[in-house]
Amino acid sequence: MSTPVLSVKELKTRFNTQDGTVHAVNGVSFELRRGELLGVVGESGSGKSVTMMSLLKLIPMPPGEIVDGVAEFEDVDLVQVDPDHMRDIRGGKIGFIFQDPMTSLNPVLTVGRQIKESLELHTDLDKKQRQARAVELLEMVGIPDPAQRLKAYPHEMSGGMRQRVVIAIALACEPQIIIADEPTTALDVTIQAQIIDQIRELRQNLGTAVIWITHDLGVIAGLADRVVVMYGGRIVEVAPVKPLYGSPQHPYTQGLLRSLPRLDRDDELESIPGTPPNMYTEPTSCSFAPRCKYAFDKCTTEIPPLVTVGDGHEVACWFDIDKGEPR
Amino acid sequence: MSSSTKSSTDAPVLVEVRDLKKHFPITGGLLKRQVGAVRAVDGVSFDIHKGETLGLVGESGSGKTTTGRVILQLHEPTDGSVKFNGVELTELRSGDLRAMRPQMQIIFQDPHASLNPRMTVGSIVGEPLREHGVPDGGTIQSAVDELLTLVGLDPSHANRYPHEFSGGQRQRIGIARAIALSPDFIVCDEAIAALDVSIQAQVVNLLLELQERLGLTYLFISHDLSMVRHIADRIAVMYLGKIVELADVHELHNSPRHPYTQALHSAVPVPDPIAEQLRERVVLDGDIPSPSNPPSGCVFRTRCPRAEPKCASEVPVWTEAAPNHWVACHFHD
Repeated sequence: MSTPVLSVKELKTRFNTQDGTVHAVNGVSFELRRGELLGVVGESGSGKSVTMMSLLKLIPMPPGEIVDGVAEFEDVDLVQVDPDHMRDIRGGKIGFIFQDPMTSLNPVLTVGRQIKESLELHTDLDKKQRQARAVELLEMVGIPDPAQRLKAYPHEMSGGMRQRVVIAIALACEPQIIIADEPTTALDVTIQAQIIDQIRELRQNLGTAVIWITHDLGVIAGLADRVVVMYGGRIVEVAPVKPLYGSPQHPYTQGLLRSLPRLDRDDELESIPGTPPNMYTEPTSCSFAPRCKYAFDKCTTEIPPLVTVGDGHEVACWFDIDKGEPR
Repeated sequence: MSSSTKSSTDAPVLVEVRDLKKHFPITGGLLKRQVGAVRAVDGVSFDIHKGETLGLVGESGSGKTTTGRVILQLHEPTDGSVKFNGVELTELRSGDLRAMRPQMQIIFQDPHASLNPRMTVGSIVGEPLREHGVPDGGTIQSAVDELLTLVGLDPSHANRYPHEFSGGQRQRIGIARAIALSPDFIVCDEAIAALDVSIQAQVVNLLLELQERLGLTYLFISHDLSMVRHIADRIAVMYLGKIVELADVHELHNSPRHPYTQALHSAVPVPDPIAEQLRERVVLDGDIPSPSNPPSGCVFRTRCPRAEPKCASEVPVWTEAAPNHWVACHFHD
């Protein structure tokens, strides 16, 4: 297997707030392979966004604090890298797409200006080349009449078009990785379908690795190569996309899939009882145990480590669902 | 679900909506004269039968929320009629309308914004009872306890404030307030959209359980077609202020006739990688047009893969293409 483009080990992020310390990310390790699309699924507060934002130092520090961990990207550790170098990497070698295109674009600058800003900072292209590249980028993300649209302001575009501009900016410097945080959540389903199609096409042509953060297991089912499921600031399951949906091994993943209504089926909705964990205490046991129907005494005393259960399939659970007994 | 055991259209009509319109004025110039109108709801007609759930789906800007609010007379309609149990709501004087309010309630989308942060949960749920009286006599205190238990909350938490509860619990408080006066009809306006996936199922199951126990009728407004399919008996699909298709859940799912319904259907991702690979997709071009300047003829024609010149010149007629399956399209299947 080729070397991973990004390798994260034991990442821990906290927020020291007035109300106490929020343990947002509690020891997350994963690898991103070259050219793959890695889906990261979790509910609000699961730590999925904070994990990725920590890697790019995009969390406010203070109150945020990366207490531990290593993130190898090329030959640097993103956790230790100095701010100047980080600025080179952000937007250059690692691009990002945020949820809300209305707030991630500057309302007082034309979209052309915003695309070219990134090219100016991260490439050696001259003014003419930057203009040509900007036109090419808008064309690539499916915006009609690109040369004209470069002069438009964000408010003159629809939500879907704005998100295409954000994608164009993310792609501008031919990054190795794109981190997309709920990129279609703010969009209507028909527009979401357009954006997903666009990203599928771009991936075939460019081969960029993508981390796609989402709360919606539906969106990434047809898109991801592998999926990471997060709960309570930890990874509870990692697997290639088919086994993850076909034979989920963590009770939380199972519960999540069963609580989703499906357009193609009439199943009863099963809900997961209880509420998401309180993040003010550092976990000392499985965070899902209070909501888990399989929980037994060990679950409330020790944190389960990720163990391999299949080809590339890892799960952090003391209970073996298939065998119906503790591991 | 319930639709397989009973035909919802056999029950008597509870809410009858006819040619309902709501245009919001756009003013401009120094004198703030009206220069145009946002045609948020532009002539919708449907019936809601006793005990059924009518799902109302559409994308943002389709007018689904406005429809719900105009039915409850929270917005005054521009034109059209809304009959509730045979009473014409649009002509009622405010005092008479107020007397009708206990029978029709609403659950809002955002449980953070719809609960007063300075009121305890007990006083939030008890407020409608103080205004209109406890339906079956008894004290407010005991009624509140009963309501909180009914929605799965601990009555001893009645003295707590909304911020002490999670999103799902807050939505339960909103539901308790809505059912306090034993209404017949509840508009659920994106009632679960702000909740996490694992919590959505809890709240939906609660709504279904309450419907069964209390004989409630719901208008379930949502952008989430898969959730509406799960909870509703019949579904109405809205686009740019108009209803383009209305049918029984299974009928609409198995044989959608309007090209917009078909596209909407194919745009909803399915949480199954194998099904996703096999799925045929109709991806629509472009965006929903502005409701202040809707296209002539059929409002969907600018994005419709089947559009022909006729679609620009003639408004499609609302026709019953199959028993209880209504559609507005010149070239429907």
